[in-house]
Amino acid sequence: MAGIAGLVTALKPLLSLERGDISLSDLLQKHYQELSAEEMSRILRKLEKQSNEDYGVASNINDTKAREGVQFAYALSLSKCVGCRRCAHACLAENNQSRESEDDIEMSYIRVLELDKGSINVEESDQYYDGEVPKKDKYYMPVQCHQCQDSPCTKACPVEATWMEPDGVVVVDYNWCIGCRYCMAACPYDARRFNWKKPSLPPESVNPNQNYLSNRIRPQGVVEKCTFCLHRTREGKYPACLEVCPTGARVFGNLLDPDSEINYILKNKRVYILKEDAGTTPKFYYFFD
Amino acid sequence: MSHIRQYFQFLVKIWCLSWEGSWRFYLWMGFLSLISLIGVHAWAEQLVEGLQTTGMTNQVSWGAYIANFTFLVGVAAAAVMLVIPAYVYKIESMHEVVLFGELMAIAVITMCLLFVTVDLGRPDRFLHLMPPFGRMNWPISMLSWDVIVLNGYLILNLHICGYLLYMKYLGRTPSKKFYIPFVFVAIFWAISIHTVTAFLYVGLAGRPFWNHPIVAPRFLASAFAAGPALLILTFQIIRRVTGFWIGNEPLQLLRRITTIALLISLFLLGCELFVEFYSGTYHSVSAKYLWFGLHGHDRLVPWIWTALGLNVFALCVLISPGANRLWLLDAACIALIVGIWIEKGMGLIVPGFIPTPLGQIVEYQPSWNETFICLGIWAFGILMYSWMLHVAIPIMNGELKAGPNEAIPENP
Repeated sequence: MAGIAGLVTALKPLLSLERGDISLSDLLQKHYQELSAEEMSRILRKLEKQSNEDYGVASNINDTKAREGVQFAYALSLSKCVGCRRCAHACLAENNQSRESEDDIEMSYIRVLELDKGSINVEESDQYYDGEVPKKDKYYMPVQCHQCQDSPCTKACPVEATWMEPDGVVVVDYNWCIGCRYCMAACPYDARRFNWKKPSLPPESVNPNQNYLSNRIRPQGVVEKCTFCLHRTREGKYPACLEVCPTGARVFGNLLDPDSEINYILKNKRVYILKEDAGTTPKFYYFFD
Repeated sequence: MSHIRQYFQFLVKIWCLSWEGSWRFYLWMGFLSLISLIGVHAWAEQLVEGLQTTGMTNQVSWGAYIANFTFLVGVAAAAVMLVIPAYVYKIESMHEVVLFGELMAIAVITMCLLFVTVDLGRPDRFLHLMPPFGRMNWPISMLSWDVIVLNGYLILNLHICGYLLYMKYLGRTPSKKFYIPFVFVAIFWAISIHTVTAFLYVGLAGRPFWNHPIVAPRFLASAFAAGPALLILTFQIIRRVTGFWIGNEPLQLLRRITTIALLISLFLLGCELFVEFYSGTYHSVSAKYLWFGLHGHDRLVPWIWTALGLNVFALCVLISPGANRLWLLDAACIALIVGIWIEKGMGLIVPGFIPTPLGQIVEYQPSWNETFICLGIWAFGILMYSWMLHVAIPIMNGELKAGPNEAIPENP
C-alpha cells in the first residue's frame, strides 16, 4: 500500500501535463511520408488550432511540396560577409524558434564565426564577438545546415524522422522525432537545435506563415534545423537570411538550372567547402570574390 | 494444461517469497524503493518541463544519462567473463556462480534501457522504434542496432536464467538443447552489445575525439576490468548476506581476468594518448580539453586525472601479492570501478562535444534533477538485482522447490 501511495506521489507532476499536450491521435499519427492528403489537412488544421491556443496567433500552416527539377544550393562570399549577424536574427524572425529575449539568437539556425585572417580554422573561432564589425584582422563565416548530400544526421536517426527531400533539403518531421539527439551528435556543422522546453516566443514575434516541415512552432522535446526556408523557397522566394544580407554575400539557387547564379559561382569562383574531410558532400559553399 | 498450472504455481511461490524476509531485507529494499521513487518523481518533473531540467545544452547534447548508459553496457557485457570460464573452459567453481553474472546482466541491461528512455525528449513516441508501428532506420542507424542488440541480450539472459532456475525448482536436469546454444549465442552477443555501443560514437566523422578505431577495443578492455571487479565485490556480499556459499576460487579467477583486462585497457589508453598528443593535430583539441583544459575551461581535468590515478592504483594492487588480502583486493576493485566509470562515462561522452564542431566551448554539469534520475535508476537496478538474488538463491539452494504432488514426472 505504502508503495502504491509512494508511486502516486512521485508521479504527481504529471498531473500538470495540460490536457491535449499528448493526445491519442498524436501518438497514433503516421510518419509524414505515409500521410494521405486528407490526413495531412486534418493535422494541419489541428496544429493551427493548437498553436492559436498556445501562442495566441492565428497561423496558416501549409505543406508545400518540393518542385520537380530543383536542387537547392547556397553559396556565401567570405570576401563580402562583414559579420553583422543580420542573417542570424532574420532566421529567428522567420522560423519561430524559441527565445528568452529579443536578441537571444541561441536557437537561430545560423552561427556567425569570427576568424583571424590568415587561416580557416573554425576551432579557433569566436562566436561571442561584439562591438563594431568588421574588425581589422578578422573575417566572418556564418555557418548553417549544409544540406549534405551524404548527410550523417539522416544516417544517425533511428526512426527516419529526418530525411532529404527531393529538392535536396534535409527536413525533420517534428511529430515523429523521438528526441534522442543522435543527429546532433552526428552533425559536423553544429546545425541542429533541440527544444529543451516548450518554445517560448511572444505573440508579436510569431511568423504566421508556416509549413509543416519547416517553420511551424515546434513541440517540446524534438530537434529542429535550417530548411533553406522551404516555405519561402518552394514558392520562388529567397531564404530570409539572403534577403536581409546587406553586402550581397549570399547566393541561393537551383543547381539543376545551368544558367543560375549559383552554378556560375561554382564554375568560376574559388570555392571552399567547410570540413570537406568529413565526407558529407555539402550543398552549402563558401567562395572568395 | 498442467504445465501451465505448474508454471503459474512457480510464479505464485516466487511472488510470496518476494515478501518474506528479515527486517534488514525490508530496510534495504525500502531504502532502494525510496531512492527509485525520488528518481521517478524527478523524471515526471522532466517529462512535464522538458529536458531543460538537465544540464545539457545544444552544444553538449548528451550528458550523464548517456555516460551512465555507456558504462553499464560494459558491465552487462562483462557477464561473459563468467560464462566463458564456466561453459567454454568448464571450470566447476565458475559453473556454480555463473547464474549470478547472468542475473546481473539482466538488471544492468534494464538500467541501460532506462537510461536511454530518460534521455529521450519524446519517450511517448517510443513506438516509432518498433517495426510494426514505427520505422526503424535499420541497418543504417547505429542506434537502431543498439536497440536490437540490447533487447536481444536481455531476452537471451532472461531465457537462460529463467529456464535454469525453473528446472532447478522442478528438480529436473536442464535439457542441454534448451540452453547451451543460447549460452554460446549470448557470448558473442555480449561482445556485440559493447562493440555496437562503441560504434555509436566511432561512426561519427564530425567528432574526431570519437572517430577512432581504438574506442571499441578500449570499451571491451575497460568493461572486462570493471565488470569482473563488480562481480568480485558482489560475490563477497552474497556469501556474507545470504546462505549461498561462494568459495575463493571464483574470486581469484576473476581477479586474474580483471588484472589482465586492466593492463590491456591502460595500454590502449596509452596508445590513444600518444596519437592525440604526439602528432598534436587540431583533432586533438577535445583530448586537450579533457586532460589539460582548453582556454581556461578545465572542469573535467581533475576527474580524468583521478580516474587515471584510481586505475593505476588498482593495477598496482592487483599485480602485487597484496591482493591476496581480501580487503586490499576490494579496495582495488572499488577504485577500478570508479575509475572506469569516470573514464568511460563523463571522460568519453562529454569531451566529444567540447569544443563543438565550430569551436565553441560550453562546459557541462549535470543538474540536480538529472542527478536524482541517475540515482533513481541505479537504485532501481540494485533493487532489481537484490530481488532476483532473494528469490534465486533459495531455488539454487534447493529450499524452494516443487512439492512432490505438484511435480510432473520427467517422462510422462
